[in-house]
Amino acid sequence: MKKVIVILIIILTGFAAQAQEKKNKNAKHEIAVKGNCEMCEKRIEKAALGVKGVKSADWHADHQDLHLIIDENKCSLDDVRKAIAKSGHDTDTVKADDKDYEKLHDCCQYDRG
Amino acid sequence: MLFLLSAAFAQAQETLSGKILDEQKQPLPGASVYWLNTSTGTSTDGDGLFELPYKPENKQIVISYIGYRTDTLAVSSPAYITHTMTPDKGRELDVVEVNKTRSSLERSHVEAANVTNMGSKELLKAACCNIAESFETNPSVDVNFSDALTGTRQIKMLGLTSPYLLIAEENIPAVRGASQAYGLSFVPGTWVESIQITKGAGPVINGYESISGQINYELIKPADDIPFFLNAYGAMGGRFELNTHFNKKVSDKWSSSLFVHGNTRAFKNDMNDDGFLDNPLAKQINVLNRWQYSDPDKGWVSFINARYMRDEKQTGEVDFDPDTDKFTTNQWGSEIDTDKLDLSAKLGYVFPDMPYQSIGLQTAYNWHRQDSYFGFNRYDIDQKSFYSNLILNSIINNTLNKFSAGLNFSYDKYKEFVALPGTFGLTSRDFDRVDNSVGAFFEYTYDNTDDLTIAAGARFDVHNRLGAFFTPRLHLRYNPWDRGVLRLSAGRGKRAANIFAENQQYFGSSRQFFINNNNGNVYGLNPEIAWNYGISFMQGFTLFNKNAEFVLDFYRTDFQEKVVADVYASPQHLVFYNVGSGSAYANSFQAELNYEITRHFNIRTAYKYYDVATDYLYTGNQQMPLQPKHRFFTNLAYETHVHEGGKQWKFDFTYNWLGKQRLPYTGSNPVADRMPEYSPSFSLMNAQITRSFSSVFEVYVGGENIGNYRQDKAILGADNPFGPNFDTSVIYAPVFGQMYYAGLRFKIK
Repeated sequence: MKKVIVILIIILTGFAAQAQEKKNKNAKHEIAVKGNCEMCEKRIEKAALGVKGVKSADWHADHQDLHLIIDENKCSLDDVRKAIAKSGHDTDTVKADDKDYEKLHDCCQYDRG
Repeated sequence: MLFLLSAAFAQAQETLSGKILDEQKQPLPGASVYWLNTSTGTSTDGDGLFELPYKPENKQIVISYIGYRTDTLAVSSPAYITHTMTPDKGRELDVVEVNKTRSSLERSHVEAANVTNMGSKELLKAACCNIAESFETNPSVDVNFSDALTGTRQIKMLGLTSPYLLIAEENIPAVRGASQAYGLSFVPGTWVESIQITKGAGPVINGYESISGQINYELIKPADDIPFFLNAYGAMGGRFELNTHFNKKVSDKWSSSLFVHGNTRAFKNDMNDDGFLDNPLAKQINVLNRWQYSDPDKGWVSFINARYMRDEKQTGEVDFDPDTDKFTTNQWGSEIDTDKLDLSAKLGYVFPDMPYQSIGLQTAYNWHRQDSYFGFNRYDIDQKSFYSNLILNSIINNTLNKFSAGLNFSYDKYKEFVALPGTFGLTSRDFDRVDNSVGAFFEYTYDNTDDLTIAAGARFDVHNRLGAFFTPRLHLRYNPWDRGVLRLSAGRGKRAANIFAENQQYFGSSRQFFINNNNGNVYGLNPEIAWNYGISFMQGFTLFNKNAEFVLDFYRTDFQEKVVADVYASPQHLVFYNVGSGSAYANSFQAELNYEITRHFNIRTAYKYYDVATDYLYTGNQQMPLQPKHRFFTNLAYETHVHEGGKQWKFDFTYNWLGKQRLPYTGSNPVADRMPEYSPSFSLMNAQITRSFSSVFEVYVGGENIGNYRQDKAILGADNPFGPNFDTSVIYAPVFGQMYYAGLRFKIK
């Protein structure tokens, strides 16, 4: 019985170690994304996670930034920026179309100045 | 009136308000928020909201919470602030899941399962003494009356007793086997940081045994503990409890806590003049030492616990003296001695590059020994257990799709001895046995971060006596509209009934025991199998500007196989046997309304309906004995604002009404030793007042059963305890009557 557990530990840690070696599979990035409220947060994170290769997306209203972990084999930061801009939120480089911005809920229409 | 005026005046001032969220975007209650370099501060309420008087000269606010990084924010105008806290990983990480102290009783809005969290504040509402008693202010769990024999209380959920619950200490199954019936009363309340109550099947991670629910309690973490804590408690009837906690931060990574608990009940009480003690004489010493290691940078965390408990109880006739009267007909008496040794270790690792991925290993060794006699009946049980659980938590593609997978191993060696003096049925027998099982589980959770969570899990176990079997569980949460939460759950549970340990109260009677052998693997009986289905709807709303919450729960447990302890056949018999599919079920319905009447003044009310029935072999379909069909519960809690230096008053009042309960059959006894078919309905009131003199010293006084309701005949055949009609097991109401207590808490921070 104990053997089974030992083998499992080895398999699991082996699996985890493998995932760690290819660094670009878990690339950490922070990009500036504008927004206001909880609704914005859900929209931004949903847009980011909608991009294939985005593993984790965490937007902070106070810092106006999005913490990302992405698999760089599958997507680039610009793919994420575009998807977020499409949802109506300006990023550091890619800005949202005016018509997408205007579709946002009143409370989400952040200051674009 | 003055209060109202000043409140109105305060409103006229400019205020800064906002909301504090945790890393999962859930409101963080109890976080402290204050203006930098001032004494103006507050803490967030149950919804994570705060308000601070705003003055332009204050430029920065500081937000802090245990287990999170302290943040300082620049504030230039009184605009609404939403701030998300970042966990201080190493300190907050728990091997299996992250738990934090919430301010009070709180139903989760995001979990897929129906989980209620009881924070430390809620636990203080019932000052005494162990966690079995701490559920008195919680409508989801029913606390039974202490039987005269053990003085301890069993709990029930969804109309089923604690053996149908999985009770875990920091996610390691803790109250099981030999300790299944009374184990919760061996955990002092002051050790506990929070309790999570899951109604319904619950997740598969901790095992296959849970049928009606899961209770997990988290002990105080050494890294968050204060250097010294003292709690002393004394109650009428001569019950005294003393709790001391010591904590030391050994290095920046290691910390340790030592908890020492002692209790005694030294006085003999016989309030109802039946010649028997109302409560057992008792002595207990209980010591826990735990160590925590955390290295947040590298992602490691570990807990190591060692605990020893010795508990001694004596009960029976007032003049019973064990030295001269044990195993004689001089006086009827009973002694129960319990020893318990627990060692456990946990190791957890969070991948620094991947905060969503972690791996944890839990291992525990437990030894539980009970030596007891009840008149001429003897019951000894010795259980040695080893448990281990290896868990991997990670994601599939992204954090919307999470999973947990792992392996369990458990081993239990029982030595059990039962001796009854009769000539029929069971007389004297060993039931020694070894149980072992190995299982694998996988649970997938989809969370769209918004209105839907689905948790689907399954496990496969191979057990030497239960066989090889699947345990599927499903939980779903959906928010159809604002502040409305709909939950569905379904799941299967399977367990080996420890028929003697779970029905110990019957040893305190002249009943003869019979087992209708079914050629099964567990005492000749088949294991218990049940499906549990639940639906729950919760709606939060605002009434007169105050928060209110309405909850409807319906759960059904359908037994495919059940072990029945039949007390309807004859008052002189206890018969164990299996009933098969469709012969036993438990329906429970609960309607709950919680309302904040004014700030700091909350009311919680619940109506509960139970229909718990079994097709008995000799008497046909009957409701479970000692289960009221209707119950009503209300709890009122009021506290004043915290004044300078932590001065505060807290008031708490709980009212319970219990409808009539079906009683075991006694109709063939002589008239004097009969009970009616049903108990009368009655109500009970508990109250407690706490006065905090400062943030480090408080005293409390309280009363239980203030209305002084007493069961008029607690022991059948009390005048002839060695005769055929003697029975101490039929307890449907308090025996002792009203009881008052007082205590104090002192801390060094």
